[in-house]
Amino acid sequence: MLIAAIALGVAGCGGKQSTLDTHSTQSHDIRTLWWWMLVVAGIVFLGAIAMLTIGWIRRSRPGLPFFGQSERVETRLVVLFGMVIPVVVLVALFFVANVYVIGKTEPPKPGSTAMSVEVTGHQWWWEAHYPGTTAVTANEIHIPAATRVEVIGNTDDVIHSFWVPELNRKIDLIPGRNNRLLLDADSPGVYRGQCAEFCGLQHAHMSFEVIAQPPAQFRAWLQNMAADARPPTTPAEQAGQQDFMADQCASCHTIRGTAAQGQIGPDLTHLASRSTIAALTLPNDAEYLPRWIRDPQHFKPGNRMPGLNLSDQDVAALVSYLRSLR
Amino acid sequence: MATAAPSLAADRLDRLSRIWRERSGLVGWLTTTDHKRIGILYFFTSLAFFGAGGVEALLIRTQLLGPDQTVLSADAFNKAMTMHGVTMIFLFVIPMSTGAFGNYLLPLMIGARDMAFPRLNALSYWIFLASGIFLYVGLASGDAPSAGWFNYVPLASKTYSPGPGIDFYALGLIFNAISTTAAAINFIVTIFNLRAPGMSLNRMPLFCFAFLAVSFALVFALPPLTCALLLLELQRLLGFHFYDVTAGGDPILWQNLFWIFGHPEVYIIILPAFGIATAIIPTFTRRRMVAFPLVALAELLVAFIGFGVWVHHMFAVGLATATTVYFAAASLIIVIPSGIQLFAWITTIVTGTPRFKTPLLWIVGFIVLFMLGGLSGVAFAAIPFDQQVTDTYFVVAHFHYVIFGAAVFPILGGMFYWFPKVTGRMYYERWGQASFWLTFAGMNLTFFPMHIVGLLGMPRRQYTYPADMGWTGLNLLESIGAYLLAAGLLMVVVNLAVSLFRGERAGNDPFGGDTLEWATTSPPPAYNFPVIPKVSSPYAMWDAEDREEDARNLERGRRVLEQGHETPSSTAVDADWDEVLSMPSNSIWPPVLALAMAGIFAFLLLKLWIVAGIFLLVCLAVLGAWHAREPQEAA
Repeated sequence: MLIAAIALGVAGCGGKQSTLDTHSTQSHDIRTLWWWMLVVAGIVFLGAIAMLTIGWIRRSRPGLPFFGQSERVETRLVVLFGMVIPVVVLVALFFVANVYVIGKTEPPKPGSTAMSVEVTGHQWWWEAHYPGTTAVTANEIHIPAATRVEVIGNTDDVIHSFWVPELNRKIDLIPGRNNRLLLDADSPGVYRGQCAEFCGLQHAHMSFEVIAQPPAQFRAWLQNMAADARPPTTPAEQAGQQDFMADQCASCHTIRGTAAQGQIGPDLTHLASRSTIAALTLPNDAEYLPRWIRDPQHFKPGNRMPGLNLSDQDVAALVSYLRSLR
Repeated sequence: MATAAPSLAADRLDRLSRIWRERSGLVGWLTTTDHKRIGILYFFTSLAFFGAGGVEALLIRTQLLGPDQTVLSADAFNKAMTMHGVTMIFLFVIPMSTGAFGNYLLPLMIGARDMAFPRLNALSYWIFLASGIFLYVGLASGDAPSAGWFNYVPLASKTYSPGPGIDFYALGLIFNAISTTAAAINFIVTIFNLRAPGMSLNRMPLFCFAFLAVSFALVFALPPLTCALLLLELQRLLGFHFYDVTAGGDPILWQNLFWIFGHPEVYIIILPAFGIATAIIPTFTRRRMVAFPLVALAELLVAFIGFGVWVHHMFAVGLATATTVYFAAASLIIVIPSGIQLFAWITTIVTGTPRFKTPLLWIVGFIVLFMLGGLSGVAFAAIPFDQQVTDTYFVVAHFHYVIFGAAVFPILGGMFYWFPKVTGRMYYERWGQASFWLTFAGMNLTFFPMHIVGLLGMPRRQYTYPADMGWTGLNLLESIGAYLLAAGLLMVVVNLAVSLFRGERAGNDPFGGDTLEWATTSPPPAYNFPVIPKVSSPYAMWDAEDREEDARNLERGRRVLEQGHETPSSTAVDADWDEVLSMPSNSIWPPVLALAMAGIFAFLLLKLWIVAGIFLLVCLAVLGAWHAREPQEAA
């Protein structure tokens, strides 16, 4: 019944970030471990419920069925169910989980992977660097599919936790440490992740996507990401760039290839190639980008981007510039 | 002669009640050192905090009832979830189980007339009350802590939590720990030295073994917490760098210190509940506990091994695999003593002739819920699985099954079980059973879906969630469950409140109880027992000959101690008669000292060091006054 309830619940709900909808060997093995634990736990639970039911049916008769009233049998029953069976089951669990599966989900040995991504947690967004290239992006981590990728995680402020349940377990990002994790997506796809360690006011709005692409596509993406920003072409874009430099935008954001070199907010060099704003808080489109620029505190109160009381004209220019940064 | 004897006995009772009489009215409550009255104070105070924590929980569930809601702001949500955790653990479960149940029942069960240190006991209560108010002053002034109940640094450091909220948390919990430590030491000494002569350790009820285990665990678990909090306040108030990685500190130090306290804390929360279960089950199954020595040993072992498993809260930190594997193994080992207790309860119910009255229903509910919480807990010893679901709603589900299911259910069962003893009146049985079923259903509807929503990837502690994640329906169910749960708990409170005035008279022993509290009147007199009871088994009430001998002893004037405010002390293991102790009586100094100590903490928070120092001097002066009159003279 328990298992059925869970299976139904899961089947009925699906979910975009589910530990049970797995797309890598690592998360698949963890899921298999979970289902086995659930089956064994279900048997233990039902066994105990059966005993209690017997107790209810025989509530006016003392002693056990067959054995009657025997202190020795009773104590042996406790030893059998409370000690012997648990020891056998737990030793098996220990070896399967903490010797076998853990070997699969351990961080990769340094240098054993084709590539690395450096992920930095910020309150409340994610920054990704690709070592060996100049590529920097935010909240959208591209990797080649069917390739072992090492994530090197650290944090710029408080403790965060990097977690993409469909690909692997989570790893905390801790000041002063570089924690490592393996990503090895079976197939191309978009896998949602989220900060799992409570990190303050907007912990709820600190999500990201890992986008696994066919290797050729990934290489093209990386090349574009490493390049400087595309210069503005239309008058509106040029006005937007001027506004960006003149208003306070440039003091927090970097747009590579321009004078904007701020280090506080996400790198916007290729903002238009990303599908969301503010760590998956809003879609990055013509409707929400201007609304976000006008009043970021409305959508994500407490984030570090201030509302600048810009005129409609300035916002429109900024949007046309930013939306040209592919 | 036959007519003279009863009047002699009546004279003795009269003399005892004169010797043990306390002042009446409000002054009486302020100056009381009677463990029963202190227990009642603890009960109502922690019940009030349970209400506050419950309201916070309902606010959380209302905010999460649907996606993208704005019932609470992000800030209000974070404060509510932090205060909910702090309140339920430090201001409800521990003071309710040790403070209320332990204080009231433990001296009765061991046949003593009071706790070993009655004034220290009063002090524990007043400090607990003051520390609770201290924490809630923070909330009332808008500066509640908001970094979660385990308060990780650097989030809790001055840089990321600049307001005084975290200082309320840290100073409040240091203050609170003084109360709990004093209470734990008091229990240990009481259990070792105040057992009725003849109650050797192997004749002590299992309830008392549980409290012995808890008290030792508290004495050793609280110092790491206090230490962690002191380092945090040194960093926040005075600019030290213990947790600051840029200055050579380490944020993981906080996590280690906190969980060295935090995991034993889990067993501190549930062991008293185990004790309550082992008190209720024999009474309602009309048989002795199966495997008594194994259960006693298991209670002590759980408390001990509980100190060796804390790193399983930190498996996602990125520690060396060898470290995590060691702690995973220890976490599996601790399953064994819990399994022994679980199957000892079940086997006792199966082999006994159970009457499924309200108290036993709560205990059966507890067994079912503890099993679910225990089984999901075992899964966390599978490191890769832990690393997948830690910090998700799966954990929230697990620890509510353990804390609400395995600790609060027995507490509720205990409220019904001992209600007649404390008040002299019976509760309403039908309403009691109905409230059990409503609470049980509400509890499962609230917390069971959290397992699933956690597996579906919902992290804990997020104040809102998007609509398209597949979490919406389950969250709605959880919130509906929370309202049902609240209704069930209200039903319990109303039942007991009405019964207090209208319930039938209960008599001394309405259930055929097995332990000594049922030997005395309901409610018990200030001196507990007219005669220090004779004990020859852990089920003293079922040894009818001993109870008849008590009655004869009253007539003969043996073991009555009618000369003064006295209780006997006995040797620690064999409980041989040691000496007669003259016990301290009522005193105003405990609440005064607690108030002066609150002054120290309040002015530390305000960074007025000199004023805080003055209050320290006031504390010392109060302590001097406290000891100026020896208890013997006071009596």
